[in-house]
Amino acid sequence: MIQVNNLCKNFGDNHVLCGITEHISKGEKVVIIGPSGSGKSTFLRCLNLLETPTSGEILVQGQSITDKKANINAIREKMGMVFQQFNLFPHLSVLDNITLAPMKVKKQSHDEAVAIAEELLKKVGLYDKIDAYPDQLSGGQKQRIAIARSLAMSPDIMLFDEPTSALDPEMVGEVLSVMKELAESGMTMVVVTHEMSFAREVGSRLFFMDGGIIAEQGDPAEIFANPKNARTQEFLRRVNNA
Amino acid sequence: MNLMVFWEKLVKGIQINFINENRYMMVVEGLGTTLLISFFAILLGAALGALAFFMRRSRFRIIRGIGYLYVDIIRGTPMVTQLFIIYFIVFASVHISPVLVAIFGFGFNSGAYVSEIIRAGVQSIDRGQTEAGRSLGLSSRQTMTHIIAPQAIKNILPALCNEFVVLIKETAVAGYLSVQDLTRAADTIRSRTYDPYIPLLTAAVIYYIIIKFLTLAIARLERSLRKSER
Repeated sequence: MIQVNNLCKNFGDNHVLCGITEHISKGEKVVIIGPSGSGKSTFLRCLNLLETPTSGEILVQGQSITDKKANINAIREKMGMVFQQFNLFPHLSVLDNITLAPMKVKKQSHDEAVAIAEELLKKVGLYDKIDAYPDQLSGGQKQRIAIARSLAMSPDIMLFDEPTSALDPEMVGEVLSVMKELAESGMTMVVVTHEMSFAREVGSRLFFMDGGIIAEQGDPAEIFANPKNARTQEFLRRVNNA
Repeated sequence: MNLMVFWEKLVKGIQINFINENRYMMVVEGLGTTLLISFFAILLGAALGALAFFMRRSRFRIIRGIGYLYVDIIRGTPMVTQLFIIYFIVFASVHISPVLVAIFGFGFNSGAYVSEIIRAGVQSIDRGQTEAGRSLGLSSRQTMTHIIAPQAIKNILPALCNEFVVLIKETAVAGYLSVQDLTRAADTIRSRTYDPYIPLLTAAVIYYIIIKFLTLAIARLERSLRKSER
């Protein structure tokens, strides 16, 4: 579903990604962990071209997205993205946040978009907030709305960039449980996270990134129990001691 | 000087400066000219400002360069000098009303500042808003129209109105092109009656009242914009 070939990304002299080649199949739940500055967010953001790769190739459903002629908007339609900072549109109500893109991009009718939004809001447990504005929501609620907003485009792939890192501890659970449900529904997911228990429970494959490469990967339970790479061992030891 | 003497002098002064030879008409016409120049210069400035803003975001380097140069040159040279250049060089060979030249000059000048105001307003919106819009599949233009612009306008409008206030005051230099605006009219009366006090202070009071109305309107606008955030 996503094929990454020799992906490199530099910010000036800073080599953030150094030749990543990887394949992610339909239905996989890939969780990416690693120390800060290891390139995990940059890797994720390259997948929908929020960062332009310096070199290398990314194919999504067989289509090259790094090709200069690629229709980037059409590709992004199929890939939902959830941000650490939620990035809800503060000037729009919850309903309008969710219906904007389906109406403008997919040309859905207002009624159609509203029906889908209502259904998604029920799914994330926030139907009663349909007329609220982002300012009036807690962090956890904002993130669940942001997930609903992405899902309204019925994407084939969902990308999560540290979705719980900006949340108060007591709100992490509600967001993770929405993500778990989504995982159970069969969605292909790529999740950059610091939630080790989520990675273990939901991930079907785990990438440990360090220094711009995927230093180790495999079954999450296996890696947590028995990390082979020295840097993975070191990272997990530090995380577990925290 | 007791009050009676002052009062008599004032009445006499008004008689000489405004009533004799219908001189009040010069003030009225001057005010009209000032408002006319201000109004159309504001419209032109807003249009040019928006144009320059979009030029500076163009994907073509040349267009970006022209937009940058326009703003840079206007901001780096005095208003009066620009006005003279437009009058005596740009429109030297065509016969054109100085009022039109003034409208063009002030509008052209204001556009540069307006484009900076728009730019600052757009830049004040968090990058995450653009990223969220684009990641949902919205085009760059749709993101601008539906997400960035409605938020940026709250920062832009008050600053824009302030620019208009500045522009109205700046039009007082239109007299350099022998345009009979409010300031020039007051000065003409002064030169005929040899009384500097009444005509010039009257002009100042008129400017002050116009500006006061505008600033009150701006303050009100700012309040209502802040309210609509909820």
